[in-house]
Amino acid sequence: MVAALAVENLSKVYGNGFEALKGITLEVAKGDFFALLGPNGAGKSTTLGIVSGLVQKSSGSAYVMGHDVNGDAFQARRSLGVVPQEFNFNQFEKVYDIVVTQAGYFGLKPSEARANAEELLKALDLWEKRDTPSRMLSGGMKRRLMIARALVHKPDVLILDEPTAGVDIELRRSMWEFMEDLNKKGTTIILTTHYLEEAEQLCRNIAIINKGEIVQCTSKRELLSQLTTETFVFDLCESLPEGFSLEGFEFSSPADETLEVTVEKGQSINRIFTMLTEKGLEVRSMRTKSNRLEELFVNLVRESNS
Amino acid sequence: MSPMRVQWVAFQTIVTKEIRRFMRIWQQTLLPPAITMTLYFIIFGNLIGSRIGEMGGVDYMAYIVPGLIMMSVITNAYGNVSSSFFSNKFQRSIEEMMVAPVYPVTILLGFVAGGVARGVATGVIVTMLSLYFTDLQVHHVGVMVGVVLLSAILFSLGGFINAVFATKFDDIAIVPTFIITPLTYLGGVFYSISLLPDFWQDVSKLNPILYMVNTFRYGVLGVTDINVYVAFGMLVLFILILGSYSIWLLRRGTGMRQ
Repeated sequence: MVAALAVENLSKVYGNGFEALKGITLEVAKGDFFALLGPNGAGKSTTLGIVSGLVQKSSGSAYVMGHDVNGDAFQARRSLGVVPQEFNFNQFEKVYDIVVTQAGYFGLKPSEARANAEELLKALDLWEKRDTPSRMLSGGMKRRLMIARALVHKPDVLILDEPTAGVDIELRRSMWEFMEDLNKKGTTIILTTHYLEEAEQLCRNIAIINKGEIVQCTSKRELLSQLTTETFVFDLCESLPEGFSLEGFEFSSPADETLEVTVEKGQSINRIFTMLTEKGLEVRSMRTKSNRLEELFVNLVRESNS
Repeated sequence: MSPMRVQWVAFQTIVTKEIRRFMRIWQQTLLPPAITMTLYFIIFGNLIGSRIGEMGGVDYMAYIVPGLIMMSVITNAYGNVSSSFFSNKFQRSIEEMMVAPVYPVTILLGFVAGGVARGVATGVIVTMLSLYFTDLQVHHVGVMVGVVLLSAILFSLGGFINAVFATKFDDIAIVPTFIITPLTYLGGVFYSISLLPDFWQDVSKLNPILYMVNTFRYGVLGVTDINVYVAFGMLVLFILILGSYSIWLLRRGTGMRQ
């Protein structure tokens, strides 16, 4: 089966000698919701830039739906929708015109372009703003405009380069729903994000890139199974007594009435509750200290750096 | 959908967008040449021209009109493409085309057609204004239309190359200010080169704008300092050279692709 995206030994050396990609190989299956994660400057945007034709590769190859992005750029680009990290639309054009114009670049008939633009702008709550110059939109609206523009030709593969950066939580969640729905309808989505809970919530497969190299590329489930410890934060109803101990667990108390316990893989959280109850301590609430994927990501990047 | 069909729709889209752009900002694109040329007609044509009398066997006002029309066509065709394409680069909206299945030649043709549209629109406005000051009797419509279109294409290509290499807005003003404007003024807009000493006549013949102005003047008045066939040959040759170079730049992604 043809992959939605296949990248083989892709490398990129910029004019100043910076080696952004060191021969990475990657495959994204059709219909996948795939996350490409990495710290700033890791090579995420360079990879996606090469795939979308905005960056010239130094060597290697990239295919979108089986079409070489250089050798068969026409078909590769027709299969691809791109939402870049930075706003890249004409600030003086109206919202509707931006989307319809983009449809024209993909060869859509005017009637089809107008129908698709209307459908997407309504779905992304931008229809009321259709006659507004794009520079007058809020940051969240601009992000949604870029999504509408990228989808106007109904691509098979959608690249989202930090689509929710600077977007408030409520809007981010509605964008997640939109993306999940889109993926369910069959669009392959490749996402880069700094919000790791976003990747954990949405994606099925994840690649972690650091310093131009793929550190991990696997399913989310397998990746999370690598997590050996998890830290839980317990908010207590009273302060911890003098000489408090929690046998078998590593713990700390960063503040009064707060207990942080590190739980190793295979250990039961029930034991913690039992011990706290025995010591007469009541738990008001409990949460994980950090997102599971975030913890793993930090560990993997740290290992890769060292 | 066939690639050719996609390219045709994309071309129409770029042209429509370009025309919409210069129409939206008509105060900056269409009005200034109308005002400037009207001042030329009043000062050089009416006030000074009445003292000069005839040039090249025609009334001085009638003599300068074709040159001024060509001047507006050239500068506006150039300015439209250089500012529009650079603005697309500056705002990164050029990426909209780069991620789409649009061939480099389609992008180039779209921008050039936009430049030609503005050049012709300005030429028509200036021609209409000139009719208030003098009577124009067209000597050869084919030559007139042909040289206007080819000149507009050539300078649109020039504006495109300028925009590709420009890294800041100042860069798109340098060529018009220091090259095009001097060459236009020295290109026989206001005088016949037959008035110049032999040496300067020969130097003037190295100026491509002289050929465009004089060919257009021939189309309007039937008066020229140069060989019209040579002018057309030069225009076609330069269009082929600049056109090929522009496509090569687009394919490489110069100034656009990292």
